[in-house]
Amino acid sequence: MAESLLVVENVSKRFGGLLAIDKASFQVGTGRITALIGPNGAGKTTLFSIISGFLSADEGRILYDGADITAESPHQRARRGVARTFQIVQPFAGLTVRENIAIGSHLWQRNRAKAIDAANQVALSVGLGAQLDAPAATLTVAGSKRLELARALSIAPGLLLLDEVLAGLNPSEIRDMMPVIRELTAHGMTILMTEHVMQAVTALAEHVLVLAEGRIIAQGTAQDVAADPVVVEAYLGRGAARRMTAGSTHA
Amino acid sequence: MKSYWPIVLAVVLLAIVPLVTTSNVVLNFLITTLLIALVGQGWNLLGGYGGQYSFGHAAFFGTAAYTTAILQVQYGINAWLGLFAGIFAGSLVGAVIGVLCFRSGLRGSYFSLVTLAFAEVLRIVSSVIPITGAGVGTLIKLDLRPEAFQFQSRVPFYWIVLTLVALSLVTVRAAENSRFGAYLVAIRENEDAASALGINTFAVKLAAITLSAAIAAAAGCFYAQYFLFIDAAIAYGPWISIDALLAPIVGGAGTLFASLLGALVIKTLGEATKLLTSDAPGLDLVIYGLVLIAVVGLAPRGIAGLLTALFRWPFRAVAQPEGGNG
Amino acid sequence: MLSPVILVPAVLNGLMAGAVYALVALGLTLIYGVLHIINFAHGALLSAAMFAAFFAFTLLGVDPYLAIFLLAPLFFAIGYTLQRFIIGPAAHGEDRNFLLVTLGLAIVIENALLYFFRADTRTINLPYAFDVVEIGPAFVAVPRIIAFGAVIAVAGALWIMMRFTDTGKAIRAVAKEKLGAELCGIDVAHIYAVTFGLGTACVAVAACLLIPTYYVNPTAGEAFVLIAFTIVVLGGMGSIAGALIGGLCVGVVESFSSIFLGESLGQIGIFIMFIVVLLARPSGLFGARP
Repeated sequence: MAESLLVVENVSKRFGGLLAIDKASFQVGTGRITALIGPNGAGKTTLFSIISGFLSADEGRILYDGADITAESPHQRARRGVARTFQIVQPFAGLTVRENIAIGSHLWQRNRAKAIDAANQVALSVGLGAQLDAPAATLTVAGSKRLELARALSIAPGLLLLDEVLAGLNPSEIRDMMPVIRELTAHGMTILMTEHVMQAVTALAEHVLVLAEGRIIAQGTAQDVAADPVVVEAYLGRGAARRMTAGSTHA
Repeated sequence: MKSYWPIVLAVVLLAIVPLVTTSNVVLNFLITTLLIALVGQGWNLLGGYGGQYSFGHAAFFGTAAYTTAILQVQYGINAWLGLFAGIFAGSLVGAVIGVLCFRSGLRGSYFSLVTLAFAEVLRIVSSVIPITGAGVGTLIKLDLRPEAFQFQSRVPFYWIVLTLVALSLVTVRAAENSRFGAYLVAIRENEDAASALGINTFAVKLAAITLSAAIAAAAGCFYAQYFLFIDAAIAYGPWISIDALLAPIVGGAGTLFASLLGALVIKTLGEATKLLTSDAPGLDLVIYGLVLIAVVGLAPRGIAGLLTALFRWPFRAVAQPEGGNG
Repeated sequence: MLSPVILVPAVLNGLMAGAVYALVALGLTLIYGVLHIINFAHGALLSAAMFAAFFAFTLLGVDPYLAIFLLAPLFFAIGYTLQRFIIGPAAHGEDRNFLLVTLGLAIVIENALLYFFRADTRTINLPYAFDVVEIGPAFVAVPRIIAFGAVIAVAGALWIMMRFTDTGKAIRAVAKEKLGAELCGIDVAHIYAVTFGLGTACVAVAACLLIPTYYVNPTAGEAFVLIAFTIVVLGGMGSIAGALIGGLCVGVVESFSSIFLGESLGQIGIFIMFIVVLLARPSGLFGARP
């Protein structure tokens, strides 16, 4: 496996007159958790959609495990091992939790009974064991997020794209979810996550990328990035960095 | 894994009918009901399970009917071969429409409209070109021999259409138990999420529409043999496209016995209306329309849904926390 | 084949016919643009309106063009009621259900007409229906010219209403962002019903414009439905200008295909165009890319 499972090279995306992603280039190290942060509207979900194939890049390349997947459709990328969760959860509302996850398991398991078994396993691993028979539409927000995660895991991906998987969770739910995510890399999975919940970013991410106005403006460890004045300004506005160091309080 | 025993039970019950009655009225009623159930089961696969609502199933039905009729009348081909040729032709039309629509990513109402348009085009063309007999239609010559797929009595017809319906039930149950069925339902529930899980939604939908068309085609061939006359309005008319979707929706789209239950209900309603209003044209269809609205508005899961709710009701207190069910 | 003597009347007649198609499409596109549903009952409502205009003339002696002022408000009320009390509640907000409910309504209306009035084709005898006006090498029937003018007037009135009245603005708000409109205090169910009523009123006007020259029977409206859908798809769901231009285009295309392919196949040109357009651009020529 390549040292960087995912390589994004000079990707740009336009929506009419709006340049949503501007020559973004970065690499995601194999087996590590990388976080993609940035102010609202920076283009994080757009970038995810491009990486997972739901949107096509106007320029640039996406490489997965060395192969150029830029032209591939979402289902082809999923078969290679690129899995994503959706920011606004997209369950199969009319099916039970078990049936939801089984859809993913079926990718590598043709037999219905075996796919259901695999789904049971995945559900247990993310803590959904008690809800296996519940209709997906009846889950709480926390449950829905776990289901998103479980479904993404069910296709046995190499790269997991987590789109704000902690959004909408209260502090204790976040606390419960974090070890689940950390567990995943113990088995060699590569994770790229977007998050606004900074405690999770600092606790989980080994490498942080900062996206603002479609451009990667900084990368490094969480500490490096937090201290970077360019990043501070992206969040708080021009001159904020100077004001902060000049003032007595800090963010 | 879902069992096949309910199918066996239903088929056996239905098979007994000709042994207990010789009434042609009853047999004819059941034959036409099973015919609708058959074409409806085709629709159910694509629409009920797959969520792709076709408003033009007549395209598959009519093509098969014309194919078998024309082969017999113009080329002297055996009617049984005609059956297979008809099914093949109908499936081909299904595949072509599927490729065109799904390649373009047509979904929802647009898909429904385009299928309607296809059926209409076929209707207009077949009402004009000579090979179909144009406005006059095609008449299959009376030849009451089993080798010619025609019978003196209605009973063999009944068993044949029952066999076709049984096959369609088995096919759908097999789909339910397979990965194909799971993928189809996933596409219905959320197509984007489905492709994010590695499902080639185009391929699955294409397979579904082709299989759906094949089932509808079988019904079309049977129609031709039973009634021995078709024209553009019969083969490709809105009546069959509407019946094809009405039956499964009334019965509970997306469930195994939907089209059978639904066909029984709407045909019974139709006959009752005719009896009460002495055959006035249009009234039975008014009832159909009202039933459609009522089912969608009041019982969206159709009869199957009502029955399951009925069975669950005594067990509610004992069961696990009720999930959001409509 | 393509001499001006044939070309000009073909184009002119196509435009006149297209204007009425456009009006029918206008109602449809309005309903789609706001409710985001495809109204399958549109054709049946047109048939019903044509019967109404027919009886207004034969029983009450009302000139069809004057009947517009009678029938448009009547059918507005009918459309409002249908949406508010039947379609809206029955559909539970799901797209698929709207499709089925409006289909059911279409079946009910069309067959009720069949039951009450039989399938016989009727026409009215308007004294000035066959007067013609000379435009260049063409002779154009007076009713067609009136129809053309009326359609432009209606489209203009609708556009003004949308632009400048409160209701119009509310309709546009709901079309753009339903939840936001609701949060601003707009009664969405009411607006939906108003829009449906407007769409039905358009159909009533079209019916009055049609009966001087067209026949009346329960399935007459059906013929217009797919054509109207084609126009809406061509011109963009929700676009008034699109419906107008699309209607005129379709009228001309039909006119030409009738010449080259004969009467019965003339309609095929439209359906095939419909299919081709949707396959090439699944959300219509002017719609947003899916």
